[in-house]
Amino acid sequence: MAFETLMGDEAIALGAVHAGLGGAFAYPGTPSTEIMETLQDLAERQAAGKLAGVASAFAAQWCANEKTAYESALGASFAGKRAMVSMKHVGLNVAADPFVNSALVKVNGGLVVVVADDPGMHSSQDEQDSRWLADFARVPCLEPADQQEAYDMTLEAFELSERFELPVMIRITTRLAHSRSVVETRAAKAQGRIHKPESGMDWVLMPAVARRRWHELLGKMAEIKKLSNASPRNPLKEGGKKLGVITAGLARQYYLENLDDLSAARGQAPEHLHVGFYPIPEDRIRELYAACDQILVIEDGYPLIERLLRGIVAPGKRIMGKESGEIPYEGELNPDTVRAALGLPERKGLSVKELVPPGRPPQLCQGCPHADSYGALKEALKDYPLHAVTSDIGCYTLGALPPYNAIETTVDMGASIGMARGAATVGLEPVVAVIGDSTFYHSGLTNLIDAVSHQTNMTVVILDNSTTGMTGAQPTILPSSRLEGVLRGAGVDPAHIRVLRAHRNEHAGNVAVFKDELAYQGPSVIVMVRECLEALKKARKA
Amino acid sequence: MKYDIVLCGVGGQGGISVSVVIAKAAMAEGLRVKQSEVHGMSQRGGEVLANLRLSDTEPASPMIPRGAASLILSFEPLEALRYLPWLAADTGVVISAVTPIKNMPAYPDTDRVLAELKAMPRAVLLDADALAKEAGNVRAANIVLVGAASKLLPLKPDSLRQAIRDQFARKGEAVVEANLKAFEHGRNATI
Repeated sequence: MAFETLMGDEAIALGAVHAGLGGAFAYPGTPSTEIMETLQDLAERQAAGKLAGVASAFAAQWCANEKTAYESALGASFAGKRAMVSMKHVGLNVAADPFVNSALVKVNGGLVVVVADDPGMHSSQDEQDSRWLADFARVPCLEPADQQEAYDMTLEAFELSERFELPVMIRITTRLAHSRSVVETRAAKAQGRIHKPESGMDWVLMPAVARRRWHELLGKMAEIKKLSNASPRNPLKEGGKKLGVITAGLARQYYLENLDDLSAARGQAPEHLHVGFYPIPEDRIRELYAACDQILVIEDGYPLIERLLRGIVAPGKRIMGKESGEIPYEGELNPDTVRAALGLPERKGLSVKELVPPGRPPQLCQGCPHADSYGALKEALKDYPLHAVTSDIGCYTLGALPPYNAIETTVDMGASIGMARGAATVGLEPVVAVIGDSTFYHSGLTNLIDAVSHQTNMTVVILDNSTTGMTGAQPTILPSSRLEGVLRGAGVDPAHIRVLRAHRNEHAGNVAVFKDELAYQGPSVIVMVRECLEALKKARKA
Repeated sequence: MKYDIVLCGVGGQGGISVSVVIAKAAMAEGLRVKQSEVHGMSQRGGEVLANLRLSDTEPASPMIPRGAASLILSFEPLEALRYLPWLAADTGVVISAVTPIKNMPAYPDTDRVLAELKAMPRAVLLDADALAKEAGNVRAANIVLVGAASKLLPLKPDSLRQAIRDQFARKGEAVVEANLKAFEHGRNATI
């Protein structure tokens, strides 16, 4: 037993190591990034003999994208080791294929999938709720409410995964991932040995096997639902029956924050069911519903419990939540929105007298190489009144804002090249796709292969800063020196692979090259090379 | 005992390390602590916010409710204004550095920003940059603010001094000393 102050992400990483982790795999993405960063730090300490109680080395690797990370974790589970894969919510879209199908294999070493959702879109393009995907895939899901639960549930998730031979999801949100509190930790378990699955066919999802496995999965779900009804993670606390409150995950903390005032206002605390283990505890929900006059569901993300609830109880009583409007549908919960939903009076602080503080948007660092790349691109495009610049996910997305106003689209990882290709294919000219090196390896490369295959008339600009900048400067999966070889290997005409230094001192020369490649009728790639300033700063500190 | 602190500033000003220093001092005194930070996109020069909750019982929410904070500790004056609705109306104190960071076109007139702050019932404004420079480390402006806050925090100054030592020990004795000096300069600046 020991006590440590940990962020949610750190608690999960430490929990996995203490569960006897064999290998962990991830692609960086806010708010999940610190899980792998912590694992790598712990792995270094283990290698140096400075991680008490952890005798065996474990792998902790960044991967090209969430799908490859997921598949590596799946292979580690196949080999009999406990494996973890972590990602942000939109990363699970990329990994949806292995995720959904891994529910059909007979998981061997425990397989834990950590997904960090970002309600409020602090650093994301949507606020999708991963619990829905767990429900869709028939994968059990644990949702911690604080750092202690994040640690404990990680240990439990491995046990559950091995018991039911299924992947298990841990769903967290930004606010849990990036807040800290004291966690009581336990002694580390030893790593399991390498052992392959006993039966030869449970991992071969050809239709005949898949039908059998799907049937078995549905059978397991009945058993897991029973477990959910009895789980201490889903406690039902008796109280006043005028209102029944259901909380999920972190929402419980916002409810507890207001509980003293609520109890004072109502004479006693309401009846309260907390959900930390999915599938939802249907019997306990029915029990609460039967006992109380009306129900309030407080959950961060999309209204999952609120919707499922309507399907398992007879209509009649008032059910309040996001669908009915008592809780804002958009954005993340906070103690004040929950307070309002509980019918408590608003608490007011001070306010400015006259001046309304304008927002302070994030921006590229002073001297960022992306700014110089955009400078050259914009000048070269002046010759073309009609043109299109698609872009992608990363710091360079900030190029959409003034003073750059340089890009027109940001949708999902790798979309810049695919969208440029589509626009070019139907006749828009010239079309430029701007993408970072890390995003290019993540999901841009396959789009580029389409462009080469069809000789699409477009220019791809790869901003090569050798790092995944936005998430805190993790190294790109392949070093900068390998990029040109990858482009040649994919079949881009070597005469139209142009490698330039992204610096304002090279502006005139760079503009000339951009103009040449915009005029060229075919796929061309301009690689703009200069190291990320944040990465340089980080390297100097280390 | 409950003491909620809103720490705010602009990405890159060292707000998170200040949060860590105060949290460590509080834990050394046996208090329960909950901290919440902002990572990711806004760290690129945008507004950054940390919440730090000190209590003798475990704080429930990682986010401070509106009207509950005892202190706003701000590294930039406009950012201090942004979080006033979180400050307890009858008792809350604002401590803010006065140097504006004008990295956006819509930044209001500095005098108007400072006037708004001065109009608050309990505001302490200080030139943290100048005090840090006097202390011998221009990068210690954030610790100057900790010093200023030390008069109000429910913590012993020595606990904070020890937390500063621990925080900067890796960087050598000179950095530790400069930060301790910055702490005293901040402490003396608020009479």
